[in-house]
Amino acid sequence: MRKTLYEKLWDAHVVREVKGEPTILYIDLHLIHEVTTPQAFTGLANRKLPVRRTDLTIATMDHSVPSANRKKLPWPDVMAQKQVEMLAENCKKYGITLYDLDSKHQGIVHVIGPELGLTQPGKTIVCGDSHTSTHGAFGALAFGIGTSEVEHVLATQCLLQNKTKTMAVTINGELKPGVYSKDIILRIIHELGIAGGIGYTFEYRGSAIRALSMEARMTICNMSIEAGARAGIIAPDQTTIDYLEKRVKFKNDNEKKKTIAKWLSWNTDEGAKFDKEIIIDADTIEPMVTWGTNPGMSVGITKNIPDGGSEDIKKALEYMGLKGGQMMRGQKIDYVFLGSCTNSRIEDLRIEASIIKGKKIASGVTAFVVPGSYEVKHKAEEEGLHKIFLDAGCEWREPGCSMCIGMNGDLVPSGKYCASTSNRNFIGRQGRGARTLLMSPAMAAVAAILGAVGDSRNYA
Amino acid sequence: MKSSQFKDLTSALAPLMRDNVDTDQIIPARFLTATDKKGFGKRLFMDLRYEEDGKTPKPDFVLNQKKYKGAKILLAHENFGCGSSREHAPWAIIGAGFNAIIAISFADIFRNNSAKNGLLLVELPKKIIDMMHADVERNPKEKASINLEKQTCAWKGQAHIFAINPFVKKCLVEGLDDIGYTLSFANDIRAFEHRQ
Repeated sequence: MRKTLYEKLWDAHVVREVKGEPTILYIDLHLIHEVTTPQAFTGLANRKLPVRRTDLTIATMDHSVPSANRKKLPWPDVMAQKQVEMLAENCKKYGITLYDLDSKHQGIVHVIGPELGLTQPGKTIVCGDSHTSTHGAFGALAFGIGTSEVEHVLATQCLLQNKTKTMAVTINGELKPGVYSKDIILRIIHELGIAGGIGYTFEYRGSAIRALSMEARMTICNMSIEAGARAGIIAPDQTTIDYLEKRVKFKNDNEKKKTIAKWLSWNTDEGAKFDKEIIIDADTIEPMVTWGTNPGMSVGITKNIPDGGSEDIKKALEYMGLKGGQMMRGQKIDYVFLGSCTNSRIEDLRIEASIIKGKKIASGVTAFVVPGSYEVKHKAEEEGLHKIFLDAGCEWREPGCSMCIGMNGDLVPSGKYCASTSNRNFIGRQGRGARTLLMSPAMAAVAAILGAVGDSRNYA
Repeated sequence: MKSSQFKDLTSALAPLMRDNVDTDQIIPARFLTATDKKGFGKRLFMDLRYEEDGKTPKPDFVLNQKKYKGAKILLAHENFGCGSSREHAPWAIIGAGFNAIIAISFADIFRNNSAKNGLLLVELPKKIIDMMHADVERNPKEKASINLEKQTCAWKGQAHIFAINPFVKKCLVEGLDDIGYTLSFANDIRAFEHRQ
């Protein structure tokens, strides 16, 4: 039988499958962080169980860690500090590798997994974070789980799962200059709606996807959850191998050859059936900006936002302080956030720096650049990107989730507009009353220098 | 170790007539630094419920209205619980005294998290949900009766059948502990690890 990549990944991890019961699925990599684990470790201790596979469990701290002055204790948020300390204690107690704030590998969990070469084709990867779908860019089946499921994986290295349906999300053709992978995924979410993917695993396909770098692919898979999908995957190809070769250690050439051949075998069979397919032509995609309070409420930069409509649209416009029917181009912004698990990798910083270079950010604008990891930060500093940002008037911060979720005190004040490379523009996401405009790194960099939403195509 | 069971219930409804209620609205991220499962109930819908001072109730919000006090069922709309994987969302909902949510649809991870905590999610067609919202607006005292065994939600004398995953139903009815369940197949897990 011809199978999709999802079905192959599923079948390869079945521990037990019986009709009428959920499948016991084996998990190859469990990433953990401070926010969604404390209660799971407490549960594990109450059951007097060990962590079944400490060798398949990797920890870091990212969500609530300050992006400045983090070595100075106590932190302004005492509870955040306690939570981070608890993770360190639990990792020590159970023997789990932890990349803490003193480690050169610390960073956002979805940035460091791939960087460390842990994210590989054919793996099942979970984490108590909805953006775990990021890792699907490597042809891994990766999805977010809750704290009870974190406990389940710690205890059993398995999860109880029901198969999803599959959706082929095909992007044909070629992106126009100045249009990026973030624009692709915002367009997809716009077309499907934020509930359009419920019950599905996406497989992103087509020439426009094939042409993307691994980092750009991660941006797309990262936001699969914003369309409601369980996971989003991209079949591995030479781009994947080129990325991994530098990061994975092989015993010898023979092992390397065999591993690469195995990695490349993770793909959808010719003629395999998907439950649904959507097709988008890449050359119809323009730079996208959100205007509303969920990631599906977006618009192409040359288009007008909705003028009235449903109660939801009216409420969103009211919260955002926007006028129905206006264009987003020219919309004033107050804050810029360059970061998050969606867009904080070295390529994102390079694109942003190339636009900002030699310029100043607009007066009155506060811009945070928060690299996704220390590896990204150090690389950027090696290339002198930090100087470009600092000279332009941006803040150059320490790695973490920062202003994407606003748990570490990095917040957008009420009523202010933030051009953000992150993934969610929910009400209050970046701070109570904060107004988030999601966009690509290039668009956010343009917004930083203009003090208003611009068009990244004019800077390509 | 038993997990939380769902007991059949008859209760008035607290209506939340909006689509895409995300987990940031259910429980804002600034409250996620807690390290136990308790205390989230008073933070449920924090920013919808209170003014910026965090104390002054917004009179329009459903949980601040006397007529809906004591409701154990939340009546939502489409795609409830979208967004992050935080299990703090069902902890907050249960902590505030709710045992079930009735809606048109729920987000994927929220659905899993709810099942693990004994919070029953009842999915009914839009037509029925819209009718229930209209009915509740007219008469806040109207009660729904949920029978999990029969998979029915009775409303104004009519029993609406809802679908539920059979294993989730079993867990909710019996309080079956799914870690214990998985560990009962430890031999299969070991065999799988050997094959790797």
